[in-house]
Amino acid sequence: MSILGNRVLRREDPKFLTVGGTYVGDLPLEGALHVTFVRSTAAHARIESVDVEGARSAPGVVAVYTDADIDAGPVAPMGFLNQAMKRSFLADGVVRYVGEPVIAIVAESREAGADAAELVVIEYEPLPVVVDPEAAVSSETMIFEGADTNVPFELQFPEDPALFDDCEVVVRQRIVNQRVAPCPLEARAAAAEMVEGRLRFFASTQGAHGVKETLVAQLGLAPEDVHVISPDVGGGFGAKGSVYTEELVVGWCARALGRPVRWSETRSDSMVGLGHGRGQVQNVTIGGTRAGQITAYRLNVLQDSGAYADIGAVLPFMTRQMAPGVYAIPKVECSTRSILTNTVPTVAYRGAGRPEATAALERVVDCFAAEIGLDPAQVRRRNLIQADAFPYTTAVGTKYDSGDYLRAFELALENAGYDDLRAEQARRREAGSSDRSVKQIGIGISSYVEITAPIAGGEFGAVEVRPDGKVIVRTGTSPHGQGHATAWSMIVADAMGVALEDIEVIHGDTDIVPRGGGTGGSRSLQLGGTAVNQAAGEVVDRARELAADLLEADPADIVLDKAGGRFHVAGTPSISRSWRELGAASIERDGVPLQAEADFEYPGATFPFGTHVSVVEVDIETGQVRLLRHISVDDAGKIMNPLLAEGQVHGGIAQGVAQALLEEFRYDAGGNPLTANLADYSFISAVELPSFETAFTETPTPLNTLGVKGIGEAGTIGSTPAVHNAVCDALAHLGVRHVDMPATPERVWEAIQSAGGSPTESDTETATGATGPGPGA
Amino acid sequence: MIPASFEYVRAESLDEALALLVEHGDEVKLLAGGHSLLPLMKLRLATPSVLVDIGRIDELKYVRDEGDVVAIGALTTHHDLARNALLSRHVPVLAHVAGQVGDPQVRHRGTIGGSIAHGDAASDLPAVVLALGGTYVVAGPKGRREIPASEFHLGFLETALEPDEALTEIRVGKWGEGGWGFEKLTKRAQDWAIVGVVAVRREVPDGAGAGAVAAGSGIGVALVNMASVPVRAASTETALADGASIADAAALADADCDPAADVNASVEYRRHLARVLVRRALEQASR
Repeated sequence: MSILGNRVLRREDPKFLTVGGTYVGDLPLEGALHVTFVRSTAAHARIESVDVEGARSAPGVVAVYTDADIDAGPVAPMGFLNQAMKRSFLADGVVRYVGEPVIAIVAESREAGADAAELVVIEYEPLPVVVDPEAAVSSETMIFEGADTNVPFELQFPEDPALFDDCEVVVRQRIVNQRVAPCPLEARAAAAEMVEGRLRFFASTQGAHGVKETLVAQLGLAPEDVHVISPDVGGGFGAKGSVYTEELVVGWCARALGRPVRWSETRSDSMVGLGHGRGQVQNVTIGGTRAGQITAYRLNVLQDSGAYADIGAVLPFMTRQMAPGVYAIPKVECSTRSILTNTVPTVAYRGAGRPEATAALERVVDCFAAEIGLDPAQVRRRNLIQADAFPYTTAVGTKYDSGDYLRAFELALENAGYDDLRAEQARRREAGSSDRSVKQIGIGISSYVEITAPIAGGEFGAVEVRPDGKVIVRTGTSPHGQGHATAWSMIVADAMGVALEDIEVIHGDTDIVPRGGGTGGSRSLQLGGTAVNQAAGEVVDRARELAADLLEADPADIVLDKAGGRFHVAGTPSISRSWRELGAASIERDGVPLQAEADFEYPGATFPFGTHVSVVEVDIETGQVRLLRHISVDDAGKIMNPLLAEGQVHGGIAQGVAQALLEEFRYDAGGNPLTANLADYSFISAVELPSFETAFTETPTPLNTLGVKGIGEAGTIGSTPAVHNAVCDALAHLGVRHVDMPATPERVWEAIQSAGGSPTESDTETATGATGPGPGA
Repeated sequence: MIPASFEYVRAESLDEALALLVEHGDEVKLLAGGHSLLPLMKLRLATPSVLVDIGRIDELKYVRDEGDVVAIGALTTHHDLARNALLSRHVPVLAHVAGQVGDPQVRHRGTIGGSIAHGDAASDLPAVVLALGGTYVVAGPKGRREIPASEFHLGFLETALEPDEALTEIRVGKWGEGGWGFEKLTKRAQDWAIVGVVAVRREVPDGAGAGAVAAGSGIGVALVNMASVPVRAASTETALADGASIADAAALADADCDPAADVNASVEYRRHLARVLVRRALEQASR
């Protein structure tokens, strides 16, 4: 019986639950210096003068650097972004957001560095500050003077003025998908030292090879002179997929000073140093028939890129790819524009462009349903892409590999007890009509499809059987909580018939693993897991040849007894060779280890999907929202290990709920962060979350032998709009049509107040008036 | 997040702590549970040059029955208050609210004296003592004095404590008959209250002296985070004493305070919350 599909306990956990992990900050680095960054307190300003003399002569300080001291950089943005928007290692004379590193102090201790930082005097000449992305579009203030534009990237397509002409109903909604802070428990950290002329760099990252490539390119080093190691990583959520300028400074300092150098940021620094996520303003139009058929959809995205053209500027590309979602909509338009503002640059954050697509669509599907007076479940059921339509190419050209959307949808409604929930809602509304203290409930549905392994690129995997029978697996993925050691061990155990405890999984070391794409975009299992599976298969083939030789038989007659981990001639199990014997024989006889390396070639992206149903309770008098239940049905193809998959879904839902109800990174008009610590930034806790009711359907993908898709981000993508819709649904009978996220008590209360019990200004048109100017972005 | 350097001294007794306060003057801060002071120091918003750790002075950790009054040592933790049988019996509202402060980690380290002496109007416990008409005992070089809760908090993080004085004891009258209600609205369970309300209703025997609650009515209502200090909803109390309904009295809940706007709430929303939560707390207290 295969181990795959079983609830195998995480092999990683005994360490984390007992002695704890070893993170960059834990590494013993004899005599290491500490880097402290002095960060900008101005959102947009010219640096008039910098006085570092006090810091330089402070106790314990070894060096103080400004950008002028650093003979590397600036870093050019990714190829298709505006190349005038280069970023120096340290601020280049202009600061563009509060938190931007301006000075690097290298000191004997962290404490000495912090003390010296107080002695740095920077004079700023203020420049006009642009915080609001919508205002930035027409602003004359250029964040990069040489660029003549604040737009690093856009995907503008001509609008069909007749797109909604044949619609009986057209609904428009402006939706803000707010800026959030990723908040991994381990903030950023890096360490670097010179070892025999090579730079050894320790990174808290989602991909050691990506860090290596960046260090090679930005520090002008030969690839063989850079060795990157990523020890345990305490969460990344996409934000540690980027390499930050602070990390480049750490590497540069280790070379310049010839001493080990380390940096571990504080949480206060991390809140304005690690990239932020989301940050879209969406103008959405949906049209269809009064019977509930959706026939046209337009999504215009304005992406807040923050002050530099980082990966956040590119993410609308994926929002566009996934704009039509799970529905068979004949006409879809999506244009996007990314815009610079004087805020922390945006980067990937769990879902990275796809949750924003789902959030826009799922919210306006509810608006559409409300407008035509149909149950939102009924509208979804009517428009879902049918199971026999796959592979399915959408109106924006995205090709979905496989799916059975209706099955997941119906199961979610069934698990939720949807009809009973509606009946309970009706009872509460009735009771609430005479008593405002009766708490109202809202039911929200979100059906999603997302794209995993969205970026072209294969993955490396290797399997080696050592002479002692131990199996070493090397992978180019970069787990930081996902459980690859467990899942990859299961794959190898299943393919080779070896015990889990005899398998060791190695990752995150560029000297041991030759190449790798790291972990992000929910790519790891389908690419890295498949590569390992492929390598294990090749090892079995080689072992079969070897066993045939040793047993003097034809390889075709040799069978692998997976239960015992032994090869024997078919029909003669008593004479056999074990993995240990074969591992030893390979070395003794052929002088090479029994191993195989595989590069799984990128087969294209896969498209997990599902439906989430959320039930919230709203205190109408205070605006407070409580999540009562969250029901998920996710389909990520074959489930390798339900325990790991549920873990991913649980974490994803928690972050999705947090965005829907609590989290928002806010600035004042002057670009000062208002939520730069975990007291003001409402990072969710377990107390706010009920036990999740998770379930899976399994629709395999044809794109890999394991039949698997990614599950890392689906929880976030599916949950956020379900919770958001539930809040809006709870208020619908009071005349509230839409409340932007996060649905904080104050915001919900304000929405109820301004609705005043009657329908809000519904930006709705009927057939004849639908051809006016589209919503501008 | 890295504090400026400071000298650390551990006081073994109250007398030693008081002597250290006199010795170091303005440069010294007392460290109890550290849940308010240490974050301020890590952000370098507070930079005391000497920290006197009073956390191990066991003589200030107690809940005592003193006849009509329950006396609480300033270094008693929130957790110990929440679990204390004497307090639960005689001043249940205080035990309950102590069990609602922050999260379990905070409750195991944070102390009632620290919470009160820190003087943050968003803290729950000062409002409870205020509603109950309790008093604070402070000790200093000139001896011991007792300050009514209504006179202790002077402004944001500002109290009637002299720099050389320490809060040693909290005294609240025993419950007897009556009811109480506590309401606080937070975004997350661990947060400070956006607005909090403590309402206590006590059957006051004729001629009750110190320790009796609000002006003759037997009803005390105090608000959390509705001003720079914990405040009483005096108009509500007076209206109730004059026979107003709970709903009518609660409508006056914000009449006597001047709340500030912050990242969680506008002034208008805070005022609204005060009215709603006072009504609810009073309804609880009347049950």
